[in-house]
Amino acid sequence: MTELKLYQVGTFAAGNRLLDPSQRTEQSHAGRANSITSGHRACRGCGEALGARVVLDAAMRASGGRMVTVNATGCLEVFSTPYPESAWRVPWLHSLFGNAAAVASGVAASLQAQGRDDIRVVAQAGDGGTVDIGIGCLSGMFERNDDVLFVCYDNQGYMNTGVQRSGATPAAASTATTRPVGSRVGNAFGTGKSLPVIAMAHELPFVATATVADLHDLERKVVTAMGMHGARYLHVLVPCPLGWGTSSADTVRVARLAVESGFFPVFEAHDGEVTDVGRIRRQVPVADYLRLQARFAHLFGEPGHPDVVARLQRQADRSIAHFGLLEGEPS
Amino acid sequence: MLRQVEGSRAVAETVARCRPDVVAAYPISPQTHIVEALSDLVAEGRAGRCRFLMVESEFGAMSACIGASAAGGRAYTATASQGLLFMAEALPNASGLRLPIVMTVANRALGAPINIWNDHSDAMSQRDAGWIQLFAASNQEAVDLHVQAFAVAESLHVPVMVNMDGFVLTHAVEAIDVPDQEQVDALLPPFRPLHVLDPEHPVTIGAMVGPEAFTEVKYLEARRQLRALDVVGEVAGRFHDVTGRRSGGLTSSYRLEDADVVLVGLGSLLGTAADVVDELRDQGMAVGLLGVTCLRPWPFDEVRDTLARASRVVVLNRAVSVGAGTVLGGDVRLTLAGTPVVVHDVVSGLGGRPVTRDLLRRLLTDAAEGRLSDHELVFADLDESLAARALESELDHEEVGR
Repeated sequence: MTELKLYQVGTFAAGNRLLDPSQRTEQSHAGRANSITSGHRACRGCGEALGARVVLDAAMRASGGRMVTVNATGCLEVFSTPYPESAWRVPWLHSLFGNAAAVASGVAASLQAQGRDDIRVVAQAGDGGTVDIGIGCLSGMFERNDDVLFVCYDNQGYMNTGVQRSGATPAAASTATTRPVGSRVGNAFGTGKSLPVIAMAHELPFVATATVADLHDLERKVVTAMGMHGARYLHVLVPCPLGWGTSSADTVRVARLAVESGFFPVFEAHDGEVTDVGRIRRQVPVADYLRLQARFAHLFGEPGHPDVVARLQRQADRSIAHFGLLEGEPS
Repeated sequence: MLRQVEGSRAVAETVARCRPDVVAAYPISPQTHIVEALSDLVAEGRAGRCRFLMVESEFGAMSACIGASAAGGRAYTATASQGLLFMAEALPNASGLRLPIVMTVANRALGAPINIWNDHSDAMSQRDAGWIQLFAASNQEAVDLHVQAFAVAESLHVPVMVNMDGFVLTHAVEAIDVPDQEQVDALLPPFRPLHVLDPEHPVTIGAMVGPEAFTEVKYLEARRQLRALDVVGEVAGRFHDVTGRRSGGLTSSYRLEDADVVLVGLGSLLGTAADVVDELRDQGMAVGLLGVTCLRPWPFDEVRDTLARASRVVVLNRAVSVGAGTVLGGDVRLTLAGTPVVVHDVVSGLGGRPVTRDLLRRLLTDAAEGRLSDHELVFADLDESLAARALESELDHEEVGR
């Protein structure tokens, strides 16, 4: 079968109808698990709800339905389980904000002890529950190589508590704790961290990034991860209309521009080495990505901060060079 | 069979015979010997199918136990002091999710100043976490309570904390009878979880509950804790049937018949206290001893019935509720409200200071002769001249500050 490349230009996911049924996404199958089903209370255009649905349905398919999930406190937990309702059609456990990785480790160990280790464990958290409050437990789960796939839905801030800065918030972004007031131009440069790179430093069997703009790529990475054992990490960029100040119709478009501008590198790593990158066909200026988002509005207009935009552009250029993201260039 | 063994080792062997599925732990003195021994027992294949997780923190340890229990496994951990506080966020989570985890706390002081020695500040600080709290008076009781703890926990689906004095018990080598596998199996049938993560029957565990039902959830939790007042006794009875040994239960009584002055305490000081009671009885004083084995739920009726016949009660605590007496003293006062019994709230044995026979003899004699305050918290083993000098200097500095 010939390899197909899909280049999306609009907001809406497309392309399945052009493909052979065997190449279509899990989401296009009527028999999908609907792991998180309709009726939950996510905001319109929520990237996290989309990401979780795609990730878990693909994981359910890959595990033959033999899967349990652990969820950190956060938007995903709150909007899916207001008692007495639940949107989950998979076994689902929520304990605390910062302990999803350790809870998942306990689940995996318990299943192994009981001889039920055909059942796979997937843990999910937002960026706060992953890179900040959850990093201790997560690093422990990583270094012990516990048999868990940990998925971070990164919307670059504490959106559930009212859009405060996290360790995953990009430079210059305005949040409730990095408002551009006084001499401050949003979130400070030189702060924040890349959890995928930190995960790679643990030499995990599998680390990957993905976005909700390329669902084929996201599903493929989930399937790859589920085909392996040990500690695996998947970091998914999920735009947040509320926190980013984007149109709820633009979630997929914004995620795609994050990739095409070089702002968010898409790659896959095995045993600590990058083995594949998501190539950019045509690099777009970061300004095209930033302008769609109210959290960067203070950078534009009069007088604006063209110097800051230029600095963000240099950041994106460095990232493109570092990961070899441009098509036609060696990685 | 009695044999000379360290308390920690005996507890570890007992826990292994309780057939845990997951032991998750992080090292902290004076708990370490327990988890070291369990690590060996698991590696040697002497703990059945158990998995041992050496996690990155106590918060991780309790969290892993939460996951292990929710996945249908029997889960155990051990900690002390700062470690207990580091897992504090996860404690009401475990009880709220109704996960019957059993945890040993090798009781130790809380810093600052940092202090690794024995008192009960750690356990008292987690009094309201929704856990059943048992206190061992001896290493034999510590061993016995662990078997009973799993039975109580799994019968009510409430986690149980077994407290044993750090160093005094954990590091003491003495003659202990570790229940054999047949005895433990007779007391502890395979774990049947209340709800479990199972792909065949997907359930949502840990949903968000708002004002419309939260009160009812907490009411049910409170009712369930009180049911433990019956279950703890029933399990102790079954334990006696199987092993022939009396241990556990809500309280222990020693020479309380016609006792005029009663000492109330918990933990390993009860052994010393019983010796002092014998001594004073020989001298003709009507003294007795009430040991609290189950601090939470609080055995209100049993304590009231026992103490209401005395005229004075001396409550000895190895922890202070700073600014408000002590936890145990407050509980006893409430329990005896409306009775003419005089209650003396006493602190001693903080941060490893030994609770001596001399001290207990003096306390009971002073109480009997009306020389012990019944309205101020008494620091019974305070170096008063040192404290007075420090206090004076503190007050001087405050003057300068103004």
